[in-house]
Amino acid sequence: MTAATQSMIEARHTVKAFGQGDHIVRALDDVSITINKGEFFTLLGPSGCGKTTLLRLIAGFEMPTAGHILLDGVDITDLPPNRRPVNTVFQSYALFPHLTVAQNIGFGLEMQGRPRAEVAKTTAEMLALVKLEPMANRKTSQLSGGQQQRVALARALAPKPKVLLLDEPLSALDLKLRKEMQVELKRLQQETGITFVFVTHDQEEALTMSDRIGVMSAGKLQQVGSPKDIYTRPVNRFVASFIGETNFLPATPVAGGLQLGCGAVVEGLTTAKPSVTLTIRPEQIRITPADDAGAIPATVTSLVYFGTDTHCHMALSDGAEVVVRVQSPASGEAGVRTGDSVGLRFQPAAAQVLED
Amino acid sequence: MADRGFSVSRLPGFTPTAMLVFVALYLPILMLVAFSFNAGKSVASFEGFTLQWFVKAWANDHVKDATLRSLVIAVVAASVATVVATAAALGTTRRKAFKGQTFIYVVINQPLMVPEIVTAVALLIFFAQIKVLTGYQGLGYLVTAHAAFCIPFAYLPIRARLEGMDLTLESAAADLYASPWQTFRFVTLPLLLPGMIAGFMLAFVTSLDDVVITLFVKSAGQDTLPTYMLGQIRRQITTEVYAISTVLLGLTVVLLTAFFLLTRKKD
Ligand SMILES: Nc1ncnc2c1ncn2[C@@H]1O[C@H](COP(=O)(O)OP(=O)(O)OP(=O)(O)O)[C@@H](O)[C@H]1O
Ligand SMILES: [Mg+2]
Repeated sequence: MTAATQSMIEARHTVKAFGQGDHIVRALDDVSITINKGEFFTLLGPSGCGKTTLLRLIAGFEMPTAGHILLDGVDITDLPPNRRPVNTVFQSYALFPHLTVAQNIGFGLEMQGRPRAEVAKTTAEMLALVKLEPMANRKTSQLSGGQQQRVALARALAPKPKVLLLDEPLSALDLKLRKEMQVELKRLQQETGITFVFVTHDQEEALTMSDRIGVMSAGKLQQVGSPKDIYTRPVNRFVASFIGETNFLPATPVAGGLQLGCGAVVEGLTTAKPSVTLTIRPEQIRITPADDAGAIPATVTSLVYFGTDTHCHMALSDGAEVVVRVQSPASGEAGVRTGDSVGLRFQPAAAQVLED
Repeated sequence: MADRGFSVSRLPGFTPTAMLVFVALYLPILMLVAFSFNAGKSVASFEGFTLQWFVKAWANDHVKDATLRSLVIAVVAASVATVVATAAALGTTRRKAFKGQTFIYVVINQPLMVPEIVTAVALLIFFAQIKVLTGYQGLGYLVTAHAAFCIPFAYLPIRARLEGMDLTLESAAADLYASPWQTFRFVTLPLLLPGMIAGFMLAFVTSLDDVVITLFVKSAGQDTLPTYMLGQIRRQITTEVYAISTVLLGLTVVLLTAFFLLTRKKD
């Protein structure tokens, strides 16, 4: 297969600006992204970073100020929403209140002018897929939040779109239902093989559900990669701090490695820049005895107990703060006490050099 | 109980005043209804129950004629007003706020604010010109005039309904392959329908009841029910007129009840 047939959605140098004159907001600022066929792709980013705007451009509710959008190799930039084989699950569900559950699910097929028998058959299949057969003839107002969510999903899946867009579909559900629906969504995506573009600002949700994640901030795409890539190899400070907890340590290049502010040298890492930031996840650092010669000396400043884990806050000799996560031992003691002098060690490969 | 704010119902004399207003409003109507069943002709005393005035009124060809004309005008005018008001409401609410929006509202609602007599005289002059030019003498003038002043009555409930409608529903329809026309036909219109029916009924009642504009615009022999009744009362008060009024009152109560049921919020 060539690269062209692999990609389902391609946004090329997409810009979306709102407002005029002095009040221009660049909701999307030169975003280029490729989403592959059959993948579960998640757009992750803080509120206002442009996730919804990108979805609305793909769905056709907004026109880009500049740039192009391709679907399965075809430029769809100028097509209205009703002519794009893309369906949306709206955050508010947007179920038609005057129609029954079954009529809602069949709506897209009806509008496409499919034969009656096919509409009935597909609607029945979809009802089964989301386990709502007994509710077929109810009005949507008589359903619980989770059931409405399922109807919205079935309605968007029924016409078998090439892409399903989901804008924070789980944010209105309580935690338990949310976990259930996460599993359900993943199952639906695998069973149907449809490309899912999922929006969330919950990093845990993004990490557990996605094949690939696109991290956005301030209208720009910061990084695209697998959950593991994004977590272990963040390309900049924003991505590193937005996903999970991490430590930032300023460093400068010296012969054989990078030197931290406290004087310790991390071997094997290089950079072309005069000064960089080293990022290392708290669970990647080991605590060793104070007399460990090769370790970075540190002092324990406080311990925070989190149940399975304990966060040990450390100060290096130059005052830099480092958090180390250790598994809480059975006794409930972390093995160190506030005020202890210790050594810290980590694999240079577990650290990431950030040049911004 | 926590609310100790100003309440008009705690003012001294509130209850007697309210009672007086209700009596002034409804006692005459109750008396009218009662006397339309009065066996005697006198307005002074009730001499027993009868339906003869209703029968008599219905047997009167003038009454039949005027009733039919009133209904034709009201149905056509209310239909036209509802269609125009729907288009106007869609045009004024289905878009971002625009310059001149207030101006448009004022234009649409003009008949509510300009004294009816002014509109009546204006229409009289305007239609007189057209009559001279075209020679047309039919009911068209009355229908047009009624449709025009009924538009704001139809517009208000329709606009209220549209403003309460979730715009994402229309986006969802477009997303599900509905063309703009299909979106209107299968989503907007069904959701708007209660508002349109309510608007139609308000316009219908308004048209049915109109005297001033009708008097000015109508040609000879084009009496509607209200103008016919006015003509009768000028000569002599007849119990027949009470009977007709009672029927009109009944009709209005039925329509307004339906209006209330259609526009109240569903819980
Ligand atoms: N119709 C609009 N008119 C003006 N500005 C808009 C419009 N839509 C979005 N914006 C602006 O564009 C930016 C991105 O908005 P967008 O809705 O895409 O954010 P988001 O990432 O989906 O945020 P959230 O997580 O809060 O939903 C915001 O600054 C927003 O104020
Ligand atoms: Mg959003």
